[in-house]
Amino acid sequence: MRANTWIFWLVLVVLLLALLVDFPLDKGVLGHRGVRLGLDLQGGVHIVYRADLSAVEPGTESAALDGVVAALEDRVNPLGITEPVIQKQGEDRVIVDLPGKAISDTDKERLSRVDILKFGELISENETATWENSEGRWKPATGLINGEVTDLTSRYFKTNTYVGQDNLGQIELHFEWDKEGSELSQQITTRLVVGNQPLGIFEGTEALKGEDGQPIAPRVQAVIIEQGVITGLSYNEASRLSKHLNFGRLPVPLEIIYDQTISPILGADFVELSVKAGLLGIAAVMLFMIIYYRISGLMTSLALIYYGIVLLAIFKLFGVTLTLAGIGGFILSVGMAIDANVLIFERMKEELWVGQTLGAAIEAGFKRAWSAIWDSNITTILAGIILYWLGSSIVASAPLKGFALTLIIGVAVSMFTAIMVTRTFIRPFVNTSFARQKGLFAPYQKKEGKNV
Amino acid sequence: MFDIVGKRLWYFCISGAIILAGIISLIVFGLEPGVEFSSGSLLTIDFEPSVTTPQLKQALGELGYASAIIQTTGEGHFLVRLPELTGADRAALETALTSKVGQLEIKGFDSVSPMIARETTRNAAIAVAISAVGMLLYISWAFHRMPNPFRWGTCAIVAMMHDLLIVLGVFAVFGVTLGWQIDLMFVTGILTLVGYSVNDTIVVFDRIRENLLKSGGIDFETVVNNSLLETMSRSLITGIGVIFVLIALLLMVGASIQNLIVVLLVGIPFGTYGSICIASPLLIVWRKGEWGRFVGRRPAAVAVKGK
Repeated sequence: MRANTWIFWLVLVVLLLALLVDFPLDKGVLGHRGVRLGLDLQGGVHIVYRADLSAVEPGTESAALDGVVAALEDRVNPLGITEPVIQKQGEDRVIVDLPGKAISDTDKERLSRVDILKFGELISENETATWENSEGRWKPATGLINGEVTDLTSRYFKTNTYVGQDNLGQIELHFEWDKEGSELSQQITTRLVVGNQPLGIFEGTEALKGEDGQPIAPRVQAVIIEQGVITGLSYNEASRLSKHLNFGRLPVPLEIIYDQTISPILGADFVELSVKAGLLGIAAVMLFMIIYYRISGLMTSLALIYYGIVLLAIFKLFGVTLTLAGIGGFILSVGMAIDANVLIFERMKEELWVGQTLGAAIEAGFKRAWSAIWDSNITTILAGIILYWLGSSIVASAPLKGFALTLIIGVAVSMFTAIMVTRTFIRPFVNTSFARQKGLFAPYQKKEGKNV
Repeated sequence: MFDIVGKRLWYFCISGAIILAGIISLIVFGLEPGVEFSSGSLLTIDFEPSVTTPQLKQALGELGYASAIIQTTGEGHFLVRLPELTGADRAALETALTSKVGQLEIKGFDSVSPMIARETTRNAAIAVAISAVGMLLYISWAFHRMPNPFRWGTCAIVAMMHDLLIVLGVFAVFGVTLGWQIDLMFVTGILTLVGYSVNDTIVVFDRIRENLLKSGGIDFETVVNNSLLETMSRSLITGIGVIFVLIALLLMVGASIQNLIVVLLVGIPFGTYGSICIASPLLIVWRKGEWGRFVGRRPAAVAVKGK
């Protein structure tokens, strides 16, 4: 009896906690955020890039990919996406998930562009301008590498740019060129140092602008070969520029191998419909159970509602992301929740048929159904764990992980519900006048299949 | 009482015939692969005002996409399957279609390279295979008190494979007759079915195990038969319960998860059948070493005995 009292309180406390999470009194604390929806439900952009690592020194592939991730993070930031996910996948892939909104093709193109920044010099009267702004008319700053005309771009920076101060407290941006960059820089700065001409910095078709809205175009004061310093910037400008220079190039070229754009509207409809359909389906199951198992069926229905409340609470509490594939896991776990109850009541029915009292039948029913529930649920959870592990390692698939996680949580909650909750709901009937009418708890025994 | 297991030869013949037909259609027709499995681009386009499929087909043909597969999902709503497009191709197509056909909105865009497509197929197979091995090991362990526990695990996995093969065969037929393509939801359905099928078999096996331990020398075949009868109503009720949920999802959510639901609507009845008529009779066949005796076998004399 003591164990039963203990279970009763556990079931009650779990229910109250779950209700509090599902329908919080103070919406700001928990309820506001709601259940997190995966990209396939709330809409957004999912891109898988493959990095071309052929030119990378062996052994540094992983570092190169880290560089790609850092650069992509820096490039995604200005898009204003709430929870972007950028991560390495496997040996040569990077996934970018941008939930919530579609981004323009230009923005998408910018993400995978190798060089973000280009450098320019002022042109003389009769040349054509690539860029024009308040500082003048510009063309790309070029030099010769192995006899070929080459643009100076952010790809030639080493990624060790940093912001410092000189003795007088003036902000300095320190940078270093790689080998090719040094050659180009030597040729260009030798040309521009005459009359301290400016070196323009451009992103796409626009000049990079400072805090005052004016283009940033530092004047060349000396011939720069390997290392140099840019002065005269504010701290914010310098740190932004240093980021651009560090991340303004991808260490390796990227190729899009999977590109998925889902309209958010599609997602919104979908979630609403699924929830309604799920509720309708469960209502149908309840009706069926009540007709077949009477009071026991009613208790199963209550247990299914309990199951739904606790499942939702766990999803919210642990921030489980719901995905389309997760629906499969959900269906299977609902099926197992139904199955556990059916197993118990079938056993109870058999006990009632051989003449046991309701109380004895309940306890025996639960006890004897346990091994079946345990083995089938543990097998399913085990399969779920294997799939989750596969999804996060060898197979690297977000849908697989979503399926597995929903399944594991769903089955665990279903086991708790079947063993603890249904029994707690049905026990109070034991000492009432209902208990003598066994037909209320199990379908009547058919004549022919009589057990002697 | 009903003699279920005595007719096992029949079940094996029926299942064998269905699976054979399925394998033949898989070889002859194959599964109709969706964009995830064969690479290419899939566009979800809404036209406002609505246009007709021939209009759209003609416009796409003029733009050099004569191979486009067009599917209507509602008034003015289309799914268009094209060879793999880059972002720039897509933007160009959007502009060209707007001027040729009318105001449109691209609601969804999927583009899959051949590399990813190959991996998706491989990954699905790996997932099913490794989880099957895991379940085989667990079941064999769970039935370690039985003689030859490995057989129980094997029979459960064989019954699961039986269910999968039937569903694959049915989808090969759907592919060639209705043009249904398999997609990621199909894979999700297969994984769900694997779980359901094994779970269903374990429950039946659990009852056989329990009855065997207290059988006290009753013939193995009789014990299995009694166990099947005892678990029959549970198998049916659980199956029907899940089918209720599936039908509700199919009716209300529709197209996007259609493959998942249909895999299960086909698979669950066969899964129930597989646990009762394939997995458990297989145990008997293995126990009695009947492998070679199917031809000209005498009718099994099942002794029905009350408890």
